[in-house]
Amino acid sequence: MTISLIVVVVIVTALLFDFTNGFHDTANAMATSIATGALKPRVAVLIAGVLNLVGAFLSVEVAKTISSGLVDEAKISPIVIFAGLVGAIMWNLLTWLLGLPSSSSHALFGGLIGATMVAAGTGAVHFGVLLTKVVLPAVISPVLAGVVALIATYVAYRATAKSDQGTVSRGFKIGQIVSASMVALAHGTNDAQKTMGVITLTLITAGVLSPDAGPPFWVILSAGLAIALGTYIGGWRIIQTLGKRVSDIQTPQGFAAETASTAVILASSHLGFSLSTTQVATGAIFGAGAGKRLASVQWGVAGQMAIAWIVTLPAAAVVGAVAAWAASTGTVGTVVVAVVGVAVAAGIYAASRRRPVTADTVNDVPSAEPAPVAA
Amino acid sequence: MGIAWGSLGIVVIVSLAVGIVLVALVSFALVGLSARTAPAEGATLGPGAGTAVAAVCLLAAVAIVAYGLYLIVA
Repeated sequence: MTISLIVVVVIVTALLFDFTNGFHDTANAMATSIATGALKPRVAVLIAGVLNLVGAFLSVEVAKTISSGLVDEAKISPIVIFAGLVGAIMWNLLTWLLGLPSSSSHALFGGLIGATMVAAGTGAVHFGVLLTKVVLPAVISPVLAGVVALIATYVAYRATAKSDQGTVSRGFKIGQIVSASMVALAHGTNDAQKTMGVITLTLITAGVLSPDAGPPFWVILSAGLAIALGTYIGGWRIIQTLGKRVSDIQTPQGFAAETASTAVILASSHLGFSLSTTQVATGAIFGAGAGKRLASVQWGVAGQMAIAWIVTLPAAAVVGAVAAWAASTGTVGTVVVAVVGVAVAAGIYAASRRRPVTADTVNDVPSAEPAPVAA
Repeated sequence: MGIAWGSLGIVVIVSLAVGIVLVALVSFALVGLSARTAPAEGATLGPGAGTAVAAVCLLAAVAIVAYGLYLIVA
C-alpha cells in the first residue's frame, strides 16, 4: 500500500482545515456562556473541545460526500480537494482576524466550487443544488433561530420578572452550561464529519480504501482531535464579537440563544437539511439581544456579518480557483500553493498579534474601537 | 431542484415549539424555586407547591434534552 505525496498533502490540509473549523466555531457554543460568566473562558473552551471530540465519535451517519452534491464528485481529484481546502482555510483565517463569525461549511463549499470550476469546467458545478442546499438554508436558518431566541427571551424575562433574581440568575447559568454543551456536541457530530468525509473520499480515490468503505479509526480520531484542539485553542476574537459586541447578553438571553440554536440545528439535521452552525448561533444571539430590548442590539455589527456571509462562498471560491490553477501545473505548482498558503497564514497570525484577544481579555470590549457604521 | 417545503415547515414548527417550550419550562421551574427561598409579595405560591412545580417543569425539560441527545447519537 503506497500513498502518494498529494494524498498525504490533502490529509494534512484537511486536518488543518478541521483545526480552523474548530477554533472558528468555539464561539457558536460558548460565546454567550463566556460573556455572561456562566463558564470561565478556559473551562468553556475545554468543555467545548472535549464535546467536539466526543461528538466526532458519536455520529454513525458518515459524511458520504465531500460537497453534498454541490459539484460533480466524479471529476474531483486530490488536487481539486487540496486547492478547495486551501481556499477554505485562507478565508477562515481572514474572518477570524476580523473577528467575524462566518460559516466554515460555506468556505469549504466555496473553495471546492472554485477549484472544480478551474479543473473541470463550470458544468461540473451544480448551481441548482447550490441554491437549495446553501443559499436557502443560509437565509432561513439564522432568521428562524433569531425568532425562536427572541420569543424565548421574552418569555424568560416575563415569566421570571417577579421572582427572586438570585435564584433566577443561578438557574439560568446552570441551564446555559447544559445548552452550550448541547451546541458543542451537535457541532462535533456535524463538522468533524466533513473532514472525515474529505479524507475518506481522498483515500478511496487513491485506491487505499474500497469504494464503499467508512472512515478508518485513525481518520475519525485525527479529525476529532484536530477539531477538538482547534476548539480548545479558542477563536477568542470571534467569541468576543458574538458575546460582547452584538449586545450585552445576560444569562436568560444566553440560555434562550443556545436553546434556540440547539433546537434549530437538531431539527434540521434530523430532517436532512445541512446548515451552518455559525449562522444559526449568530442569528440566535441577535434574537436574544432583541428579545429584551430591541435598541440594545448593535445592528451595525449585524451588517458586517451579513456582508461576510455573502462574500464567504465567492471569496473562498476565488482562492480555491487560483490554487487549483497553480496546483494543476504539477508538483512545483502544488508546492508553491502550499508555501504561499503557509506564508499568508503566518502573516495573518502576525497581524492578529497587534491586538491579541485571549482568554483573559475576551470580555473586555475595546473602548477605542469606533462605533460600527450604518447602525 | 426540489425544495422540500414540507420538511422545511416541520423544521420551523419544531424549532419554534421546542425552543420556546424548553425556555418556558426552565423559567417556570425557576419561578417555582424562587418561591422556596424568597416568596414574592402577595404571592399565593407556597414553598411546597413551588418545589413541585419546579420538579415537574425540570423533569419535562430533562426529557426534551434527553431526546435531543438521543437525536444526536442515533
